Amino acid sequence: MEIETGEATRRHFFVGAIYAIWGAIAAALGLPAFVYLFFPPKARQPDQWVEAGDIAKLAPNSPIEMTFRRNRTDGWRIISEKSTAWVVKSADNRVVAFGPQCTHLGCAYHWDDSKNEFVCPCHNSLFAIDGRVISGPAPRPLNRYQSKVQGSRLLLGPLEGPPEKKA
Amino acid sequence: MRRRWQNLSHWLDHRTGIQTAVRQFLYEEIPASSGWHQVFGSVAVFLFLVQAFTGALLAFNYAPTPGDAYNSVRYILTELTGGRLIRGLHHWGASMMIVVVVLHMTQVFLYGAYKKPREATWMVGVVLLLVTLAYGLTGYLLPWDNRAYWGTVVTTQIAGMAPVVGPYLTRLLGGGGAVGVVTFARFYGMHVLLLPPATLLLIAVHVYLVRKHGVAATPGDEALPKKQFYPVQVFKDTVAIFVAFAILFVMALVARVPLEQLADPTDTSYIPRPEWYFLFLFQTLKMFNGTLEVVGAVVLPGLAVLALVLVPFLDRGQMVKLTRRTVAFASVAFAAITWTGLTVAAVRSTPPPSEDAEVDYSAPTDWMQLSPEELAGVGYFREENCISCHAVGGHGNKIGPDLTATSIHRDAAWMIQHFKRPSAMRPGTSMPPIQLSDAQLNSLAAFLLKLNASNATALDNAPDFAVQGALVYQAGHCAACHLVNGVGMKIGPPLNGLSKRESRSWVEEHFANPQKLSPGSFMPPYKLAPKDLENLTSYLFALPE
Repeated sequence: MEIETGEATRRHFFVGAIYAIWGAIAAALGLPAFVYLFFPPKARQPDQWVEAGDIAKLAPNSPIEMTFRRNRTDGWRIISEKSTAWVVKSADNRVVAFGPQCTHLGCAYHWDDSKNEFVCPCHNSLFAIDGRVISGPAPRPLNRYQSKVQGSRLLLGPLEGPPEKKA
Repeated sequence: MRRRWQNLSHWLDHRTGIQTAVRQFLYEEIPASSGWHQVFGSVAVFLFLVQAFTGALLAFNYAPTPGDAYNSVRYILTELTGGRLIRGLHHWGASMMIVVVVLHMTQVFLYGAYKKPREATWMVGVVLLLVTLAYGLTGYLLPWDNRAYWGTVVTTQIAGMAPVVGPYLTRLLGGGGAVGVVTFARFYGMHVLLLPPATLLLIAVHVYLVRKHGVAATPGDEALPKKQFYPVQVFKDTVAIFVAFAILFVMALVARVPLEQLADPTDTSYIPRPEWYFLFLFQTLKMFNGTLEVVGAVVLPGLAVLALVLVPFLDRGQMVKLTRRTVAFASVAFAAITWTGLTVAAVRSTPPPSEDAEVDYSAPTDWMQLSPEELAGVGYFREENCISCHAVGGHGNKIGPDLTATSIHRDAAWMIQHFKRPSAMRPGTSMPPIQLSDAQLNSLAAFLLKLNASNATALDNAPDFAVQGALVYQAGHCAACHLVNGVGMKIGPPLNGLSKRESRSWVEEHFANPQKLSPGSFMPPYKLAPKDLENLTSYLFALPE
């Protein structure tokens, strides 16, 4: 082990201080930048329930695409946009509203009456009437809207994952 | 491991030469007299990099068009974590950069370091100063609030006064007399597309010239052995940078950067003032009137810049000791005194902002969405000092329950009974009865029903003038005829957007004598105390459109 001269000690101190200060500055800029870019914005608008349509005339087990307008917070804007839901009324009068996008890569799927399946035209994912994946690359069942029924009016809340995922 | 690392670095250096380049940069020889007085250039470069970094971050959440610009800046300030800090760094960084650039120039000037052969270095430096000011000028418009808008209106008009080139400048700045989308796009384009690469290029040329001629030695130390730039001078530069950064960071944390209301070209009461470092120009302009105005607006500033550029040619003597540069010191003192005097005069002539009606748009303004009844409830909440026992969203005392907990919210009728006789509704409670009229208790209940954890701080921000104004509004039963935020009757005109339709003096006079100003109106006259009148009018003018 070599013995450090006074000059070498001084040099070590300067080099160490330079690294330490630049490290501190990088952290003081980097952490706020990380938080700023990756933390989600504070939600000011609570999610609102919107009326999707009348379900009185819905035939059981026959999915219908309902379109409705809803307000969505998009960054600094609140936009009113057209949304759709595939609504299914089961035989026991329970209503489920599926989000309109395939869970594989987000294509719009549709109900095929002849096959009794939801068909995604992009990569041939097939879903059953309860949203289950029958075949194809879709990794999970169809997403559902939170929903509640008042009289014959169907009210929809935010989109959620399939019920299995929540548990 | 170490061996492998060395191999890798040898490979990298052989293929790119990067290590050799860095070493040559760091081991530059500098005069023995170098020291703390030469740190400002490095600090300026550092601040430029901070501006570039924070500017890019702001641009990630910014929409460069009027209107949307304002909303996106508000979004950055009120909804993004760290957004206020990032904007604070960018805003105060700009001011700080001007300070440091001026300090750098002063040091070079006092030492006479611009003398042969360093004239070009100095002149490029002057251009860099102008570029720094151009950032300030163009960036000022980008939040698109009243301050930005009116400041830029004045700036573009001044540019239009320039002899010969005036009309072309006006055209270039996109103003056919008016500041609008085109001016905005041009300012944004200059601020983010043109100026940053120009700055980089100029800094590169400036530093190249510094290296080419070497750091200027003071007379007498040419004979002394030279020092190396690294590590001692780098350490000094780094410490200076750290001090600058620490000041900047604290300012960004502590000093609130204002955001005023959305730019309003119809606002006739706004008094525009430029950023502090332009105030001296603003004040100079005031001293010249009529046909002489162009002297204060363009000729004098132009001559000052010309004089700065020509400094190395006006003073061509040998380098002398600092103590013998009396003319240089006198010039700096003269410039500093003139600048300070003009700036102080400008600040003094600025009428104080009417504190009462100041709305902080850089904070959440959810209170604006409340109905007058709910907002008056905020007033009773403050008057009755409910916060001395109740917490709101975790802040305040814990004697009573947190009022943002929705589990304690009941219907208004229950709450009013509870306010009147707390122990009857909740046996054993230590809450005293609230001595307010039924209408006032209604207000309080309406506000408490609206209160939840996510809007508590935003409602707490409600300025006092608005709350007091809402109390007057309630006391006058204005809602029996007028609509505010969708609540009330439509017998009289809705009051949202009143500020767009009528002037303040008109509204104040209208209260005293409605029929004089609106013939046929059956609004009764209101004899309001001056303070009440002021609060009510300010409140009505602050309503969203």
